[in-house]
Amino acid sequence: MYHKEKSIQLKSSASALYNNLSVLRIGPRSLTHFTVVHANVVNMVSASWDGLNYSHRQLQSKEGNVATSSSLILQAAWCVLPARELLVLTSQKGIQMYESDGSIMVYWHALDSPETPTAQAVFARGIAAVQEKFVCVGVSSGSLLVFDVPSKGSNITLSEMLEEHKEPLTDLGSECSGSQEFIADLVSADDSGLLCVWKSGDDFQLLNKIPGFEVTCSSVKLWKGIVAAGYGTGQIRLYEAITGILHAEINAHARWIYSLDIAPFTGLLLSAAEDSLVRVWHLTLTPETNSVEIEHMYNECVTDTQICGAKFCDGDGYAFAVTGYDLSEIIRYTQA
Amino acid sequence: MSTRTLPLLVANLGGEMLYILDQRLRAPDLSDNRTVLTVIISAMFSKGFMEELLKPQGLYSHRAMRTLLTRLAHASIMRLNAASMDRLYELVVMAFKYQVLLCPRPRDLLLITFNHTDAIRNFVKHSPATVNQVDEVQRRLIETYTRLSEGEFQLIRQTLLTFLQDMHVRVSLFLKDKLQNPSGRFVLVTTGPVPHASDVPGLIRIFNRKGREVKRREFPAGGSYTSPMREGSFEMFGDRATRLGTNMYSVTPVADGKTSGASMNPSQHPKGTAEPNPMAKEELNLLARLMGGVEGQGNLSGDGAFQVNLFIAGQEEDGTGAPGEVEGEPFGVINIQATTDQLASTELARIAGEFAEDGERPDEPSSKGEDLLAMMDDL
Repeated sequence: MYHKEKSIQLKSSASALYNNLSVLRIGPRSLTHFTVVHANVVNMVSASWDGLNYSHRQLQSKEGNVATSSSLILQAAWCVLPARELLVLTSQKGIQMYESDGSIMVYWHALDSPETPTAQAVFARGIAAVQEKFVCVGVSSGSLLVFDVPSKGSNITLSEMLEEHKEPLTDLGSECSGSQEFIADLVSADDSGLLCVWKSGDDFQLLNKIPGFEVTCSSVKLWKGIVAAGYGTGQIRLYEAITGILHAEINAHARWIYSLDIAPFTGLLLSAAEDSLVRVWHLTLTPETNSVEIEHMYNECVTDTQICGAKFCDGDGYAFAVTGYDLSEIIRYTQA
Repeated sequence: MSTRTLPLLVANLGGEMLYILDQRLRAPDLSDNRTVLTVIISAMFSKGFMEELLKPQGLYSHRAMRTLLTRLAHASIMRLNAASMDRLYELVVMAFKYQVLLCPRPRDLLLITFNHTDAIRNFVKHSPATVNQVDEVQRRLIETYTRLSEGEFQLIRQTLLTFLQDMHVRVSLFLKDKLQNPSGRFVLVTTGPVPHASDVPGLIRIFNRKGREVKRREFPAGGSYTSPMREGSFEMFGDRATRLGTNMYSVTPVADGKTSGASMNPSQHPKGTAEPNPMAKEELNLLARLMGGVEGQGNLSGDGAFQVNLFIAGQEEDGTGAPGEVEGEPFGVINIQATTDQLASTELARIAGEFAEDGERPDEPSSKGEDLLAMMDDL
């Protein structure tokens, strides 16, 4: 179904972090941006579609206090809003937001870090753009921060702190179908496997809580009202967001899942794990019966690699890209 | 990221270091190298040191970890030259990287640590005081870590993987066993048992709105997995269920290059069956005499300290085989540089002469040892 393309070289290797690849497709400029986190640095590569031009940029995490040790980054992801795109970095010290090409930092939010380190680690992790004007970020305390983003400029403000989770947040997924017909806008996941389903607004509203079984949910997506969640046991589960009804349970991987992605136009689902495997699935909805089907489509084994990031490069799922721990390249695959 | 990684890092790297020292300093009569190991273990598991490590803090740098291990090694009267220490550090880090990478579940990191502490306890079983120290530390580790969630363990593991990132030193033992590629990357197999509490991949279950399973399908998993591993024991004593973290130097690697998922090469050879070559025997006898005759070995004074060159200069770090392995490769060369005059005996001269005849590693001038000692004092 897919064949391997030429890889993109990175300036440094990928770190073992959940969802460690973000992709932004810029149609008007025939460019695709990729970001991969390496310790306290974000490697950004922009690739032209003709495969001839690559440009690299590196962004550092903000130190906060020069005397302390360098701040490790946990995630970097693009947030696509109607009026603008922002690159968001979450680290041990706080949250940085850049213009989408990484050229200017427009906002910095510091986390409450104690003077001396505590047993409970402090960091931010989990990034999503929600609806018209929100960027949401998760925190290790369990808080979900909601930022209000104007259509331009740096007047970004912290609008709300949602306190439903008790464990560190792992990932956020916002409704990616592009349709307004679905009530749920955002799903948040944490270390205990708890999933919270939200409706956005000036006050975010909690629609549903789907319990975990003390198994970390490391990656979560929301598409057409369906939550796709990947877990530390290697399972993928599909839930109906509003009701919490379990549609399907797949024993998908032999090791911890690190990344899920959905191609919104076709319903293709991508899963990647520490077991070296990337799998492509197909989701079909039957609106009449409100039922969901999942079918396995394809496997790709990235030899001797613990995969940490996997994303489709376009809305159809025609191509996807993969990163692995200790690997200094982005491996790409396109449909044959 | 995690603020609880340092105790695990030190216990595991320290454990790997002790495995190597135990193998390299092995005398036919085990009681002689015991002193060196016991002193190091006592320093490593001292209450004050461990309490410091257990305080929430970030990871140290490689430079700092290397210094820490050097200091621990030098708690005994043994002195490792810089080249030996470099290779020793690379070996222990790569061994631990292998263990962290192949760790089936993040929580199994603790089982790997306990494999190390179990072996360390065995090294000092002749010394009840030191056994107590090890026991006390293990109790603290159990107390601190067993209540952590799987997600917190994964954070610890991810923090350790950041520390271990970009290290691809080739280790002969791993290469021989086909656990590592010539590129330095470890082999990750898609076979073997799945971790405890996971399921073998391959099953899709569809449910109706009432929660009843209505369809069940299989898909090709692209690997060859078997049923879950049993859970190891997180108690003071017990079956840890994994071979990761056990002493890989105490078994002779099997030539057929068999690999396995989470477990190391299972073949066992009893210690000391291989006939040590006579040269090694002579070297170690002299070493034993030197060590036996030294008083107050806990201090760092130059008198009576001896240098040990664990690895042949210019050769890649070598973790292979039992003493006296017959492959034409000399066993880890002990280049003894006595710094006191009385030991410049005919016996020593005779042995030195034999070294020269075999064309083995070059002589090291004794001033080099003194420079190194001075340098260590400055750290």
